Amino acid sequence: MRVFNYPLTKLLNYQILRKGQMAAPPNIIVVGGGLAGLAAVIKIAEAGGHVDLFSIVPVKRSHSVCAQGGINAAKNLKGEGDTTWQHFDDSIYGGDFLANQTPVKAMCEAAPAIIDLLDRMGVTFNRTPEGLLDFRRFGGTLYHRTAFAGATTGQQLLYALDEQVRRYESEGRVTKYEHWEFLSAVIDNTQTGRGICAMDLRTMEVRTFPADAVILATGGIGAIFGKSTNSVVCTGSAQSALYQQGCCYANGEFIQVHPTSIPGEDKLRLMSESARGEGGRVWVPKNKGDKREWKSIPAAERWYFLEEWYPKYGNLVPRDVATRAIHKVVYEYELGIDGQPMVYLDLTHIDRETLDRKLEGILEIYEKFVGDDPHVVPMKIFPGMHYTMGGLWIDFNQATNIKGIYAAGECEYNYHGANRLGANSLLSCIYGGFVAGPQAMQYAKNNAKSTAAVSSAAFDSERKRQEDINIKLINSSGTENPFRIWRELGELMTKNVTVLRYNKNLKDTDAKLVELLERFSHINLGDKSMWANTSFAFTRQLYNMLQLSRVIAQGAAMRDESRGAHYKPDFPERDDKNWLKTTKAKFAADADEPRFEFEPVDISLLPPRPRRYDMAK
Amino acid sequence: MAKTVVLKIKRQVNPDAEPRWEEFELTWKSGMNVISAMMEIAANPVTRSGQPTTPVAYDSNCLEEVCGSCAMLINGKARMACSALVDKLEQPVRVEPLSKFPLVRDLAVDRSVLFENLKRVKAWVPVDGTYDLGSGPRVYPTEQEEAYPMSRCISCCCCMEACPQFNESTGFVGAATIAQVRLFNQHPTGKALKHERLQALMGDGGIQECGFAQNCVEVCPKDIPLTKAISDTGREVMKQAFKDFFRG
Repeated sequence: MRVFNYPLTKLLNYQILRKGQMAAPPNIIVVGGGLAGLAAVIKIAEAGGHVDLFSIVPVKRSHSVCAQGGINAAKNLKGEGDTTWQHFDDSIYGGDFLANQTPVKAMCEAAPAIIDLLDRMGVTFNRTPEGLLDFRRFGGTLYHRTAFAGATTGQQLLYALDEQVRRYESEGRVTKYEHWEFLSAVIDNTQTGRGICAMDLRTMEVRTFPADAVILATGGIGAIFGKSTNSVVCTGSAQSALYQQGCCYANGEFIQVHPTSIPGEDKLRLMSESARGEGGRVWVPKNKGDKREWKSIPAAERWYFLEEWYPKYGNLVPRDVATRAIHKVVYEYELGIDGQPMVYLDLTHIDRETLDRKLEGILEIYEKFVGDDPHVVPMKIFPGMHYTMGGLWIDFNQATNIKGIYAAGECEYNYHGANRLGANSLLSCIYGGFVAGPQAMQYAKNNAKSTAAVSSAAFDSERKRQEDINIKLINSSGTENPFRIWRELGELMTKNVTVLRYNKNLKDTDAKLVELLERFSHINLGDKSMWANTSFAFTRQLYNMLQLSRVIAQGAAMRDESRGAHYKPDFPERDDKNWLKTTKAKFAADADEPRFEFEPVDISLLPPRPRRYDMAK
Repeated sequence: MAKTVVLKIKRQVNPDAEPRWEEFELTWKSGMNVISAMMEIAANPVTRSGQPTTPVAYDSNCLEEVCGSCAMLINGKARMACSALVDKLEQPVRVEPLSKFPLVRDLAVDRSVLFENLKRVKAWVPVDGTYDLGSGPRVYPTEQEEAYPMSRCISCCCCMEACPQFNESTGFVGAATIAQVRLFNQHPTGKALKHERLQALMGDGGIQECGFAQNCVEVCPKDIPLTKAISDTGREVMKQAFKDFFRG
């Protein structure tokens, strides 16, 4: 039976396709193979479309693997009366009322079914004795709402989607272009996206690819800050390229600094919030200049400042709150360990078995990279740049302002307002991809003029524009080393555009960015070969980083208030009257800099109220 | 004089070019690893003898040993460069590309063979669709604890590099793929394709090529119980082969 069934259905499908005169299924380009990109791919392939999937790295190596702690969904499996409305309320409140409420509510409502789906796909979530999904606590909520797979949840989630995409790939519904980098969109004279221009990172060949719709899912922008918790590919280059082509970029000034990262030479490695979710305590010695080893400091002489300042949430206050508290303790009270910018994150009071079961992956990272065993020695941590709440402007259907171009995941701005709650990022990536995929399909089907009918002129001229950039770069004979410009950029942005923001410094930063852009035009590529030239590809990214940095710095300079992750000591209060609005940056090509406009935030469901974590909501 | 570290890096501009060695001397920094050393070189690409050169090409991404990108030979051992702390390495640190995969440039190699293998063994759970079909199957903590270590495979290919049987003449599939077969064959729904996965491991290049050198489990950066996965799967393949034989 089985033998006959399969070809018969296939044949049947083929007949139906022919009768329906659907000559070819829609072809959608997805750029980026992290959670958001793969989620979109799966939805498109499932609906019968074909996907060309572009990624700098093999998609299984995307940055989503770094997410550790978990994914939020109000499944209410702990008898706490959790609801999707509570999840929605926590997310909006955590984001300091800057997120548009309608899409956030829809995301929270979709979350329980997304967890079920991931579970069905084989994610090795931790379990209760009864065999059900286990949930842990995370920052900014009082509920156990975070499903997790050890401390490598992002890795497990990405693999589950990667496996489903591989399945579609083997059926011919997905074509992967790995080791290809997005350079720009192909936009025709009706201001409609018709495909992309990309570069093969081995042959360095520049090519255009037509598509009925394009979805950008290119992740974070950590490299702009030099060292961050992000992966090497998270440069924001693709978003910036699109912004320079006319896509709006929203709320760029909202940058999340994670309170607990492990300082390092090459990057800041994340120490997951789950360490605090499982009972980790943050402290410093009470006495300034205390040189004693941690063990010799009695409990009475340790200052658990988060627990003291925020008795209700304790160590689990949201990230922006914890980050500022650590900064205050280190820089204002000068109580950093050994005078260094570091505080203790202590798990030594928790038994080994629990730690291994729930946190093994992250404790292993700490031990590998620092050399101390966190089971027996408190970890030393400090805040590090982690996430951009801002990103490409999209409407509630994930569509950018350029027709035919969509965005999902960290590269867009829609779900986290002024501060993202822990374990909401994996959710927003998958949810965003699940919306963007079908929306792009719908658009492709309804679009009156198909891309096949577009003249090749738009493609030719875009390819030529990109090839010219390459030729100019290769022939540039200045003295500037791109990696050194990058270091300066990172130090500048980290110093002035992260935790504490002062208008004078922000304005100086923008002036300095203009200087760096000027120096960029005198770049000298030590390596001018045209085979797998990684520094050449990086130099192209660097230019886009510099352009996007100006959006972040100028946006921060303008917003004279404090909201979520954006904190100005000179304007310490949230100012709803003047600033409850979305920042939108548009690139002015003639002036080579951003122009700003603002739009109201959707507050149709929850009226803004003060955000406080020193008491229950 | 400031403390320094010395690296010897094998360079090759393209697959057809002759390889050559370059030596670099860098200022020592606390916590330095092989990747951060190469970042230093990129910012100042000059060899130990003062010759200007090009930044080194290599694959890397997360730098937390979870993306699997930066596998290379460091002092002769297949391992991840990001977690190779310079202080724990004998100097000069010898850095070479993995030797059993097609070279792209310098330390970058093409490991797509593993992803092709994963396709061949259908390393996925065949879900009906992404629409809401309610909760997944019950999985008890003991089962989760058995599956979880195998689900942490980062596809770095160190196990394949270290395996004496992984070469062109055997076409051996390698430990990583076999562990994934084990993982999916255990899953309550993944089981549905068990038969096909086991069959994919029969014949040339299949599981019987394993020579039990046990190098794989030694180099695995994630401590995946690879040899156990191979012996468990080997038994299953055997059973399946018998069944197929008598059915056939």
